[in-house]
Amino acid sequence: MNWGVLLFPGSNCAEDCFHVIDKVLGKPVKYLWHKDTELGDVDAIIIPGGFSYGDHLRPGAIAHLSPAMTAVKEFAANGGLVIGICNGFQILTESRMLPGSLLQNRGLKFLCQDQTLVVDNNSTPFTSEYEQGETIICPIAHNEGNYYAKPETIAEMEKNGQILFRYANSDGEVSEATNPNGSLNSIAGIINRTGNVMGMMPHPERSSDEVLRLTNGKGVFISILKHLEMKHGSDQ
Amino acid sequence: MLKAIVTVMLKKGIFDPQGRAVHNGLESIGFENIKGVRVGKRLEIELTTDDKESAEAEVHKMCDKMLANPVVESYSFEIQEV
Repeated sequence: MNWGVLLFPGSNCAEDCFHVIDKVLGKPVKYLWHKDTELGDVDAIIIPGGFSYGDHLRPGAIAHLSPAMTAVKEFAANGGLVIGICNGFQILTESRMLPGSLLQNRGLKFLCQDQTLVVDNNSTPFTSEYEQGETIICPIAHNEGNYYAKPETIAEMEKNGQILFRYANSDGEVSEATNPNGSLNSIAGIINRTGNVMGMMPHPERSSDEVLRLTNGKGVFISILKHLEMKHGSDQ
Repeated sequence: MLKAIVTVMLKKGIFDPQGRAVHNGLESIGFENIKGVRVGKRLEIELTTDDKESAEAEVHKMCDKMLANPVVESYSFEIQEV
């Protein structure tokens, strides 16, 4: 059960992700470099947050064209699990591995705060540890987190249960008042149609270790782990 | 030698908060005749070729592949002699 954390020049949440897999889950994890053309023996890939290539042009615009992303696309096409967090989510939309795009926050401010989310679909490899409709607190830290897709794309995603997390209040109610960045339908995290590529703006790796006070982001990583263990079990 | 002047804008209908802020800023200093403001990007790309046709084809590719995100942005460009 090997995990890979993909590193770009400007990634700054990679060590946090590495720490969660290594120290909190106690599982083998390695860094992958953006120039790598082969990923080696990995079962899940985390594309961490940060400012890949300085966010120049658009967040993720240059990173998604790096050699490692070609390998990540192939990995995902073969059913591998990929999670992009924050800048990682932006990279996945730029690469069209996920629909839509992340625009500048509606209020033009960089947002850095604890954020309540509601789990909108718990039947995925990334969210199975949560209850449907459960609220969790996960920090956000972004300038371009305003999720946008064409209305017909959003309608299709809603129909397919591709929205995993939405910005909400502590009762799990979703409204414009609890939408920090202007995302359509308060979307905070989504999954692709085939259910193996996930992107979210909030940072579950910053709420996975008790020392950081918040721990309910950990469910994302445990969900992935359980899915992999089940898959490996059935392979044998 | 040729130079491409590329303009990248958010697509029509997509809210541009930066444009809105500029609009408000201009009004606050007394400019009253503004209907709307949109902020985009201008890129100047110096090319090593002198062949306008191949330059155009190449700049199209640059825009499609990296310079604009077709989900939310549109682009236009002109090629100039320098």
